[in-house]
Amino acid sequence: MAKSKNPSYANINARAVLYAVLIIVAAYYLLPLILMIVTSFRSMDEIRMGQLIEWPKTFSFDAWSMAWSEVQIGAREERGLRPYFINSILMVIPSVAISTILGALNGYVLSFWKFRGSELFFAALLIGCFLPFQAILLPQSQLLGWLGLSGSLVGLILTHVVYGVSFTTLFFRNYYVNLPHELVKAAKLDGAGFWVIFFRIILPLSAPILVVTVIWQFTQIWNDFLFGVVFSDPSSQPVTVGLNNMVNSSTGEKQYNVDMAGAIIAALPTIVVYVVAGKYFVRGLTAGSVKG
Amino acid sequence: MLASRKKGIDYWLPKLVVSPTLVIALVFFYGFVLWTTFISFTNSSFLPSYELVGFDQYVRLFMNPRWLNAMWNLVVFGVLFIGICMVVGLVMAILLDQNIRAEGAIRTIYLYPMALSFIVTGTVWKWLLNPTVGIEKFVISLGWDSFVFDWIIDPDMAIYTVVIAGVWQASGFVMAIFLAGLRGIDTSIIKAAQLDGANLFAVYTRIIIPSMRPVFFSAFIMLAHIAIKSFDLVIALTGGGPGNSTDVPAIFMYQFSFQRGQLGIGAASAVIMLMTVLAILVPYLYSELRTPKNG
Repeated sequence: MAKSKNPSYANINARAVLYAVLIIVAAYYLLPLILMIVTSFRSMDEIRMGQLIEWPKTFSFDAWSMAWSEVQIGAREERGLRPYFINSILMVIPSVAISTILGALNGYVLSFWKFRGSELFFAALLIGCFLPFQAILLPQSQLLGWLGLSGSLVGLILTHVVYGVSFTTLFFRNYYVNLPHELVKAAKLDGAGFWVIFFRIILPLSAPILVVTVIWQFTQIWNDFLFGVVFSDPSSQPVTVGLNNMVNSSTGEKQYNVDMAGAIIAALPTIVVYVVAGKYFVRGLTAGSVKG
Repeated sequence: MLASRKKGIDYWLPKLVVSPTLVIALVFFYGFVLWTTFISFTNSSFLPSYELVGFDQYVRLFMNPRWLNAMWNLVVFGVLFIGICMVVGLVMAILLDQNIRAEGAIRTIYLYPMALSFIVTGTVWKWLLNPTVGIEKFVISLGWDSFVFDWIIDPDMAIYTVVIAGVWQASGFVMAIFLAGLRGIDTSIIKAAQLDGANLFAVYTRIIIPSMRPVFFSAFIMLAHIAIKSFDLVIALTGGGPGNSTDVPAIFMYQFSFQRGQLGIGAASAVIMLMTVLAILVPYLYSELRTPKNG
């Protein structure tokens, strides 16, 4: 930007237009979220009489407590999104943990303990990143039935682990391949074994990719709807299914404030992760796409 | 290799460690795809049957106007969704690349929808696009009495509301990919071109954008993948309606397989979806693997 040493009016105008465009676009992305939050604090009377874009006259948490624990969703006894939210937590923690551990070990082997056919194995595994899940829904539901896991959280966790391991392996493998191999070679010559090298040398170097993988898996699994709706029953449905059922249950007047509070509740964990660790989130997205 | 042969345990341990994943790939990926393909050639209805009927299910599938409509919707949605996301993403990435103050904050704002579930996005946009409570009502109340924006209840236009919500969610992500691509370009070439008197527009159209071909490819693949799999967004936004006007193959497959008990047709539709993904993916992987660059 050598030109900016001598700023002309045209240049300043161009910058102004540039910033204006960027801010308008930012508003386009932000406005739905802001409206969601504002609406969740308004009462239904106010929403009915008032405007879409309007500051709430009275702040109330009624819609939030409705969405969380009071609203009737389907025919289940426990009310609100809370049981669904708990299911999501119970589902996401083991799914992320197991798929990440498998990915780390696979990546480690595929980078430092190559064997005949390991490259082929890696290539064969990558199909899992692109597989449209519709192609496996029928046999997976058959298998879960045979295993007696239909409609259970365990079945859902198994499904998420199995169809997440391609991405976790890809992440770790692409990270490990770029580590200096001399490190591992020297350790091998010194007689260090498979696990010693992994725990003493590789794992301590893995923090960045571990964060990326955990965030990626957490976001994917928390936000999943397809597996949730196909493989779970009302006692094990995740929060995305709960939210969809809540919004589309057609009894009585639509309660937009409750819908929006519910949507924020369902989105909160991933938004928090994004705000806290956005850098790693972006790195995961681009790693998942640019590298193949 | 030499070191590993000395220790027997280190020879088989790595293979043992990856063996669960090998089983996963063989059974859950390849085995299941084969099983689905097999079922698509049988007369399965409520339960899987093993009686082969040739291409009957595919004939029934393509005779079904709902399926043809779902495929057409996927084409309309896919082309618009991918096209608009690419253009918006590229323009935003270039604008953000101009030494912008607070770039980090702006990028964060553009990208956050990608952290949301499509169900959340669908829920929000369903409300905003609802003419009686959302944007239409708001604009009318500003004084534009004749303003109409009722696409979501108009069978001819409803598919475009899916595009609106989809672009809102994914365009920031495309921007991030393109921005990473822009930052990866060798700046010395750009400086040389500027010294030669090329203006900014020419630098972008002649040098930068052509050198981002691989980035375009991967963005396209990711978006096509999202489009073909699109299920949750449509379910939450329109439920496939009004009528079946926003039906997509993923919804068709789900309803025929799990709600109507027509496994054969469901499997056939799944195979067609897989073929569509492969038709896009294989040329891409081929061109990627052919270039001798490091993996």
